[in-house]
Amino acid sequence: MKHKVPLSGNSAVAYAVKAMDVDVVSAYPITPQTTIVEKIAEFVANGELDAKVIHVESEHSALSAAVGASATGARIFTASSSQGIALMYEIMFIASSMRLPIVMTIATRALSAPINIWNDHSDFMAVSDTGWVMMMAENNQEAHDDVVLAYRIAEDPRVLLPVATALDGFFMTHTIEPIEVISREEGLEFAPKKKTWYTLDPDNPVTMGALGDPNWYFEFKKQQYEALKNSRTVFDEAVKEFEKKFGRSYGPVEYFGNEDAEVVLVAMGHVSGNIKAFIEKTSAGNVGLLRVKLYRPFPEDLIVKHLENAEIVGVIDRALVPGSPYGGPLYSDVIVTLSKNNLSKKVVDFIAGLGGRPVTLGHIKNIVEKLEELKLKPQKDLPKEPLFVGVRE
Amino acid sequence: MAVTSEASLRYSTHPLDKYLRADRLPHIWCSGCGIGVALGSILRAIDRRVREGSLDPSKVVFVTGIGCSARASFYVGFDSAHTIHGRAIAFASGAKLANPELQVMVVGGDGDIAGIGGNHLIHAARRNLDIIVFMITNFVYAMTGGQLAPTTPQGLYTTTTPHGNPERPLNVIKLVSALMPNYVARASITHPPLIEQYTYKALGMEGFRFIEIMSTCPEVFGRHAGYRDPVTLYNVLRSKVRVKQNPHVDESELSWESGIVLGEYLIRNEPGYVRKLKEVVR
Ligand SMILES: Cc1ncc(C[n+]2csc(CCOP(=O)(O)OP(=O)(O)O)c2C)c(N)n1
Ligand code: SF4
Repeated sequence: MKHKVPLSGNSAVAYAVKAMDVDVVSAYPITPQTTIVEKIAEFVANGELDAKVIHVESEHSALSAAVGASATGARIFTASSSQGIALMYEIMFIASSMRLPIVMTIATRALSAPINIWNDHSDFMAVSDTGWVMMMAENNQEAHDDVVLAYRIAEDPRVLLPVATALDGFFMTHTIEPIEVISREEGLEFAPKKKTWYTLDPDNPVTMGALGDPNWYFEFKKQQYEALKNSRTVFDEAVKEFEKKFGRSYGPVEYFGNEDAEVVLVAMGHVSGNIKAFIEKTSAGNVGLLRVKLYRPFPEDLIVKHLENAEIVGVIDRALVPGSPYGGPLYSDVIVTLSKNNLSKKVVDFIAGLGGRPVTLGHIKNIVEKLEELKLKPQKDLPKEPLFVGVRE
Repeated sequence: MAVTSEASLRYSTHPLDKYLRADRLPHIWCSGCGIGVALGSILRAIDRRVREGSLDPSKVVFVTGIGCSARASFYVGFDSAHTIHGRAIAFASGAKLANPELQVMVVGGDGDIAGIGGNHLIHAARRNLDIIVFMITNFVYAMTGGQLAPTTPQGLYTTTTPHGNPERPLNVIKLVSALMPNYVARASITHPPLIEQYTYKALGMEGFRFIEIMSTCPEVFGRHAGYRDPVTLYNVLRSKVRVKQNPHVDESELSWESGIVLGEYLIRNEPGYVRKLKEVVR
C-alpha cells in the first residue's frame, strides 16, 4: 500500500489540483473554501505547480475568468462556498452551455441569512439545475480522488461539461485524515491534458456564446441535456479505470449494510460516515445506507436497484426548499425516480443539520426508530411534510 | 427603536456604552486590531452631534456587508443591517431612498467596499447619494484570513501571494474623487481625533460622503507582512501616514514606500441625490 499523508480536506483537494497540472486558478476567498486556494498559491510560489493564480474581485469574476481561460484551452480550477456559489449562479449556466470542462470544488456551507459559515448543502443544491456534473465526497480521500476523476470526465469528448466536486465544510475541509496522494505522473496518466473541446483560436477565429435565436437555441439545449445524461457512461468507465490504477473503488452510489435491510436511509456527504458507524455499532442488520455520490446526472437505475426491496426509505436532506411539495431536494429526486419506475414505496423526508448543526448518532437513532414505527403504518398515514431533526420548536 | 438595551444601561461604565449593544460584547476583533479605534471615533462624533441636538440617534442606521470591519453593525445600538459581502451600499441606497429622514452610514472593509462592492461605490458616489461610507483599509481580506485585497501594496506577502503581490493597489480616494461627490477624506486609526473630526463634519453635510480609515490588522496582515506585533504594526502605519491640510488628489497614492497622505481631499456643497430626486419627482 502507498504511503499516506495526513491532510485536511482542503489540502487534499489542493494536492489533487497539483496532480492535474492545472494551468489557471481563479478564485475569491470565502470560508470554508479559502485554504484550498491558499495551498495552491503556495504550490505555485514554491515552483511545484506551474499555474497562474488570478486574484479576482468576486466569485462572479472568478468563474467568468475561468470561462475565459477554459475557452483558450487551458486546464482550469476554481473553488467556492455558500454566497460565493450563489454569486456564481449566472456564470454556472454559461460554463455548462459553452461546454467548457471547468472543474470547481464546492466546500459546502449554508446560505445567508442569517449569516452562517457552517456546513449544510444549501449551496450545492441551489446550483443543481445549472447543467454541471455534480458529485459529493464522504471523506477526504474521496475529495482528493474526485478532483482527478472530475478532469477525466469533464474533458472527455463525449461530455465536455463543467464538473463540480463537493466536500462538507469544516467537517471535512478542516479535519485531517490520512490520504494517499496521487502524483502528477499518475494523475496525468489517468487524465492526460488534451484539448478536446472547442477553443478560441486566432488562426481560425470563432465566436463563443453568440446569440442563439429561436432557430438554434433549442437544439443547443437538447445537446446539452444529452451530454449530461451520457456523462454517466463516462463516469462509470472512469471509476472502473481509477480502481484498476489506484485501488480505490467508487460508484455513482454506495450501498452499506444488509442488501435486504427493511429500513434504508439515503444520504450524501460526511453524514454517511455517521450512519455507517451507527449501523456497525448497533449491528443494525435491518438498516441500510444508500449514499449518493453522483448527484447530477442522478443515478436513477441504482436508486431503484437499492431501494426496490426496502420496506421504508428515509431520505436525509441537508437543504430545504420552502414552499415546494417535497421539502428537501434529495427527497424529490428519490420520489420522482421511484414513481417513474412504478415503485410505490414508503418514503419519509428528514431535514437535518442545517447551518452546521451536527447530525449525531443520537439523531440517526431517532430517525431509524421513527422509520421502524412508520413502517407498520399504511402508506396513506405517512407524514405529508418533512420531519425536522433536532430543531427547537 | 431603542438606542440602548436595558442591559447596556445597567452596566454602563463608558460614555459610549449607550451606543453599543453591551449584551453582544465582548466583540470578536483580535487584540490590537484597529477597527475598535475606528468605531470608537465614529461613535464619539455621533455622540457630539447628539449632545448638540443636531442628530437624532433614532434616525441613525448602520449598514454593513461582511468582513471584520462590517461586524460593526452587530455591536452598535442603532438600527442596523448586516447584509451580504459587497452589497452594503446597495442596501443603504434602498434604506435612504425609502426613508430620506434616516442618517444612513455604511462601514466596511476595503475588500467589501472597493473590491467586490466597487461597482456600488462608484454609482452611489456618481449620484451623490446621501449616505456616509467608511472604508476601513487594512490592506487585506482580513476576515477570511489575509488574502490579497485591491488595496494590498505591491510586493507585500499575503496568504494568496506568498511570492509577493504583483498587482498595483487601487487608490480609492482618487477613484471616488473623480466622481465628484460632496466629501472625500482619509483618516487613520493612528490619529483618532481626525476620524472623529471628519465624521462630525460629514454628519452635517448632504450628498455622498466617503471617509477612508487606514487601519491595522496585526493578526492576518501583520503576520504575513512581517509586523505581527500590534504595537510594531501601529508604529509602522504611524510612520507611513502624514496629515496634510487640503491635500490634492494627486497626493493620495496608497504607497507603502512614499507614505500615505491623510486629509480632506474633496469638500463640495452640491445638492444630494435625495434633493435632486425631489426636484424631478414631485
Ligand atoms: C459573496 C461572498 N464572497 C466571499 C465571502 C467571504 N468573505 C467574507 S469577509 C471577506 C473579506 C473581508 O475583507 P474586507 O472586506 O477587506 O474586510 P476586513 O475583514 O478586512 O475588515 C470575504 C471575502 C462572502 N461572505 N461572500
Ligand atoms: S483579523 Fe485583523 S481586521 Fe480582523 S479582527 Fe483580527 S486584527 Fe482585526
